[in-house]
Amino acid sequence: MLDLPDYINQDFEVPDRYSMIPLCSKGILSKVIIKNEINSADHWAKCILSVSSEKDEEAFSSLFTHFAPRIKSFLMKSGTGAIIAEECAQETMVTVWHKAHLFDPTRAAASTWIFTIARNKRIDAARRNNRPEPEDLPWGNDPEPDASDIIIIQEETTLLAQAVKDLPSKQRSIVERAFYADLSHQEIADETGLPLGTIKSRIRLALQRLRHNMK
Amino acid sequence: MTIKHHLNEKLLMSYAAGILPEAFNLVVATQMSISDEARARLASYEAIGGGILEETEKVEMSPNSLQDVFNKIKSAKTKKFNAPKMVEGVFPEPLKKYAGKELGSVKWKNIGRGVKQSILKTDSDASARLLYIPAGTAMPNHSHNGLEMTLVLKGSFHDEKDLFKRGDIEIGDQDLHHNPTASNDGPCICLVASDASLRFKSIIPRLLQPFFKI
Repeated sequence: MLDLPDYINQDFEVPDRYSMIPLCSKGILSKVIIKNEINSADHWAKCILSVSSEKDEEAFSSLFTHFAPRIKSFLMKSGTGAIIAEECAQETMVTVWHKAHLFDPTRAAASTWIFTIARNKRIDAARRNNRPEPEDLPWGNDPEPDASDIIIIQEETTLLAQAVKDLPSKQRSIVERAFYADLSHQEIADETGLPLGTIKSRIRLALQRLRHNMK
Repeated sequence: MTIKHHLNEKLLMSYAAGILPEAFNLVVATQMSISDEARARLASYEAIGGGILEETEKVEMSPNSLQDVFNKIKSAKTKKFNAPKMVEGVFPEPLKKYAGKELGSVKWKNIGRGVKQSILKTDSDASARLLYIPAGTAMPNHSHNGLEMTLVLKGSFHDEKDLFKRGDIEIGDQDLHHNPTASNDGPCICLVASDASLRFKSIIPRLLQPFFKI
């Protein structure tokens, strides 16, 4: 078992109906009960699944309340004006609704998935051109995911976020500025002493699973 | 599909952060569509983005924003977002939007010694093109002023460093001075993106450079 920081185990109020929902709309996983493993990241993943399977407006509203103001803020930090940022945040949430069935909780945390949508909206808004998008592709030769994969990926993502937060402030600022599009890829390439190896070693579930399956 | 040559960590992070020019995005997205392993590597970097989003302090949305979003959802033409299928063609999905549906639909231009290219339309921060190198043919010896990514789509090539097959990416920068040569068993087709012109060693390719936009 992973050595988890305390905040993961803290109680999180989750409506009853989230304790038992279909974990995967494809029917790969049937109903799974995860009562004791609830944490916030997990909660958002379940909300997306609920939107996907039941067009659950209440779950969507809580996703909106949590993520939309953060997306708007993230976009404004990326140099987008408040009006466009508001519009992009709304567009991102519209896409969350429409693409909810493509969200795969064994591959990405809710925040990761929503981040990629927001990032692509930012690129579209800034450049008015297309961004080639690979992220909706299905995975080849996908084995049956395990319910524990879902919990692990949500938890690993939380740990990864913590690892970034724990970086020395200069390094942390470089990583954040890259994501706020405040640095160019040349500047990243020229940067020495970026602890990317340390960071990436924090989340490797997808890679490990893949290697395991190739054996 | 197992590939040997992946993107380096900094380029993965740049892609995840969304700060690569369109031409490089195209190469990366195309490789991600060929290799699940490449996507799994990317996943960690996108998770960093998710973590940063989660940590960002909130900025208030406009008062009616949630209702606006529900209205947009309901008024949207029931656009179905079906997951694209993995197809075993030469062109993965992201590339089709730029290069046409299949290899046969590419409009090639001869650039000498049987080598052909097709420039793809992207924004001007970097350029992307398809390159067709006949079996056994060597590209002129060159180095790079900026960043160059070469993704093999069909066949293989080798240079001073290694052998590159479908799905492999070679990253060219100031330090790489190479002489890529298509393998003898068939033509090699690559997707190349570059943000600076190449430096050729000999004078002839150098003179032709402005005409071929390479």
